[in-house]
Amino acid sequence: MSARRDRRDKLASRAVQAGFVVVLVALWYFGTTRWGVSHLLLPNPVKVWEELKDVLASGDYIPDLTITLSEVATAFVLSCTSGVIVGYVISRSQYAIRVFEPLLAGIYSVPIILFLPLYILFFGLGPASKIAIGTTISFFPIVLNTIAGFGYVEKIFITAARSMGASNYQMFRYVLLPAALPVILTGLRIGFTVALLSILGSETIASLAGLGHKIVHLAEAMETARMFAYIAFAVVIAAVLNMIVTSLEARAKRQ
Amino acid sequence: MTTGDVAIRVKDVSHQFGEPGDAFHVTALQKTSLDIQRGELLCLIGPSGCGKSTLLNMIGGLLAPTSGTVEVGSKPVRGPLPRDIAFVFQENALFPWCSVIENVKLGMMFQGAPKAEQEDRARKALEAVGLKDFMAHYPAQLSGGMRQRAALARALSLETEILLMDEPFGALDEQTRMILGEDLSVLLSSTDKTIVFVTHSLGEAVFLADRVAVFSARPGSIKEIISIDEPHPRKPGFVTTEKFSQLRNTLYGLLHEEIRKAVAQTVMAGPLT
Repeated sequence: MSARRDRRDKLASRAVQAGFVVVLVALWYFGTTRWGVSHLLLPNPVKVWEELKDVLASGDYIPDLTITLSEVATAFVLSCTSGVIVGYVISRSQYAIRVFEPLLAGIYSVPIILFLPLYILFFGLGPASKIAIGTTISFFPIVLNTIAGFGYVEKIFITAARSMGASNYQMFRYVLLPAALPVILTGLRIGFTVALLSILGSETIASLAGLGHKIVHLAEAMETARMFAYIAFAVVIAAVLNMIVTSLEARAKRQ
Repeated sequence: MTTGDVAIRVKDVSHQFGEPGDAFHVTALQKTSLDIQRGELLCLIGPSGCGKSTLLNMIGGLLAPTSGTVEVGSKPVRGPLPRDIAFVFQENALFPWCSVIENVKLGMMFQGAPKAEQEDRARKALEAVGLKDFMAHYPAQLSGGMRQRAALARALSLETEILLMDEPFGALDEQTRMILGEDLSVLLSSTDKTIVFVTHSLGEAVFLADRVAVFSARPGSIKEIISIDEPHPRKPGFVTTEKFSQLRNTLYGLLHEEIRKAVAQTVMAGPLT
């Protein structure tokens, strides 16, 4: 296929995507202004836009955003450190891999968010329970990918390095680590995404502060327009963070 | 010949995979003895699973014999000897995350070669195998034949006395391996390395070797050793001579029966991985 045709195809699909969003917003607008949908259920998009501008201008979002981001950051640092270390230790023995990999994969497939009430009981309504649930949920993809990365390095690389006299440190630094890194980075990206999701989610269920808490609070106060503004704000923040992590992963893999 | 000329001495070496009584207990190699002279190229040829790669790995210290001893330079082998022995493996032993020249330099770093010499030795080795213009390429960007040239350069740059090659051209097509064989013969005739070369190809064995050791089917041991009395470097025309065909036919005769036996074993017991 020619480059020009490629570009035209891409342009066409972009146009359809943009059109889809425009139609959706138009339906939303006419639904609230012409077809009598209750403003309590669905606020006018213009009103939401006004609220969003107010939220951003007033700095009303800062305390909640700070709490959510610091919870995500703490949880991610904890799960990275523990996941990578535990994964590496397990990967050093075929026996440990055989025992722990299916076990961890089994726990990973359980909806851990169901344990949130227990976490609230243990750690309270504050940030500690959010950090704990975020750490737990993101630990599994990280530890599993670390095991996959270090545990399944092709034997021939290890044999070749050994035949040339590589020391234990050299084997780790120049063979195991570069062989495992792409797989581990994928685990870190997935871990970050699920940490963010589970922390925002658990803030909406039971919490004292944070973006998720704010959204539920506004819903309960029937301030639907402001709630929509906050949802839009949280979505943008999440998308930006995921984009940053994905591009960091791609950059690290290129090197 | 005096013992001073022996580079590698294999004495009553056996190797078994698994413990007796295990489901996959296999005697790969049975009481094998072999002296390899300094500077000779010895080919090991035999049916699949006859223990020729096992023997090579034991010489290189990557595998310990179940019984018997291997001596290199009259010292027993107890582990890899990177200063004396370099390996070329069948395929994909280059690190895909390093460029060609980084692969060669990494080998020297593992070996402990002086840092100041590494760049120079890597360039020389790559020029010798004809990869001068591909030093910055990554293995994935090279053809199979070029990758094996790079693997050979990595082994040559280590400047060891002994080179162990485990079916280095096994995964290549017939024409590529013919050209590589010719180049290898020219390249190696200018060095005085001791080389042990495992192959499946009768023609390759006759073309490259000073002596060819023919293995019997499992449990493997050396059935016969044939000398190829032809000066190095071998000319490409050697393959069309009467002498070449005769030697090849002799090898064929020795091998054919063993291959039949090996196939019968595989049918009965399933393939040995």
